[in-house]
Amino acid sequence: MLKSEYDIVVVGAGPAGSMAARFAAEKGVSVLVLEKDRDVGYPVRCGEAVSKAGIEEFIPSDPKFIATVINKFSFVAPDGSEVIIPLEEEGYILERRIFDYELAKTAAKAGAEILTRAYVNGLLFDGDRVAGVKYEFNGERKEVKSKIVIAADGVESRVGRWAGLKTHVDFRDMESAVQITAANVPVNPDTCYFYFGEEFAPQGYFWIFPKDNNSANIGLGIGGGMNRKKSARKYLNDFMSKNYPDASVLTTVAGGVPCVPTLDEIVAPGIMLAGDAARQVNPLSGGGIASGMIGGSIAGAVAGDAVLNNNPDYIFEYQKKWNDRLGKRHRIFDRIKNGIYNFTDRQFNDIAHAVLKLPEDKRSLGNIFKIALVNKPKLLIDVAKVFFTK
Amino acid sequence: MIEVLPDKCDFCGCCVGVCPEDAIELKEAEIIIIEKTCTNCAKCVWSCPIEVLVFNRNGVGNTNAEK
Repeated sequence: MLKSEYDIVVVGAGPAGSMAARFAAEKGVSVLVLEKDRDVGYPVRCGEAVSKAGIEEFIPSDPKFIATVINKFSFVAPDGSEVIIPLEEEGYILERRIFDYELAKTAAKAGAEILTRAYVNGLLFDGDRVAGVKYEFNGERKEVKSKIVIAADGVESRVGRWAGLKTHVDFRDMESAVQITAANVPVNPDTCYFYFGEEFAPQGYFWIFPKDNNSANIGLGIGGGMNRKKSARKYLNDFMSKNYPDASVLTTVAGGVPCVPTLDEIVAPGIMLAGDAARQVNPLSGGGIASGMIGGSIAGAVAGDAVLNNNPDYIFEYQKKWNDRLGKRHRIFDRIKNGIYNFTDRQFNDIAHAVLKLPEDKRSLGNIFKIALVNKPKLLIDVAKVFFTK
Repeated sequence: MIEVLPDKCDFCGCCVGVCPEDAIELKEAEIIIIEKTCTNCAKCVWSCPIEVLVFNRNGVGNTNAEK
């Protein structure tokens, strides 16, 4: 039975929202999660790749949501040169439709209530302070009051804007992405493939992430400035008809990936943003599962403490805690991205050739970026910070 | 004005994220351009990965994807 008021209302039941709800509920405060879709975890809008450590900080690895275990990255340059990098730490291709479900269950177990098909369409205010949300459920207009709203409403976030936060992403920094899950695609189930260059994905990359030895997530993301000239879907269609004409498409998803540093302001009185809504995606890789869970967990714990201590302004601590944990790191990744995203085919080829001259045990992500940015000494310092120090 | 081509949208939200004016409403499977807020800047058109949105110079009225 829903109450008319909760300590904390979370908008969105993706990884960030579920972790926000769980970490808040674990403090013993009341939490309601409102999810606009009818299913938690579906539709999936994600390449589903994540590191093992990124998952295990929050939930034990479980075969039911792990499609494949990844041990290698394969980078393919425009001329076909392939660089294979063994991973120091294994990764997973997830089944997000199950994974998100399991995460939401941990939030429910901690005491959070979850309501699906609840579309949030406005905020309640007490003066300047956010004091709850308006939503539609079963065709009815509803309201629920709260001390704190955590908006984890995804790339399409509007909740933060209604509180005056600047969440809009420049279209050139939004990677326009499209992906199919295809069968009849023979792949090595332990390798993620990344293709670079004008033909595949200008200002982005093309990926093949295996779901088993004969099916894969195949997709790409390109900068909005490129998508304007030729859409992501056209690049995907061209690749498939050339390389996998016999593939069967099991599902198609479009998406926007906000490849930017986190917003300068992710907190306003009574409201916190988490996950894609806060632009907590790693701007270099476009990965947002693990970072969204981290953002959500910090937001939830801080919100819980703010309620327990009856100190509404404590939520502003979230900004600092996020910056210390990942926000500053994402700024470094963003600078590296800006150093390489405009590389020409020739530059990508040269990098591949140089890496292939290294002995195999020296071929690492860090060394690839060192070679790529050899003419940009300032960025080499950034590479050292994120790839060569723990 | 901006039109949503019928039966094409995947409801991914890319357009909402790049809209500078908060002029796009996205529900589970329904997308609406809020005409009175939209400035026709076309950034949503440029970023849509699957070419659902189009800029119509003649302005024949917006099309709701649900119709």
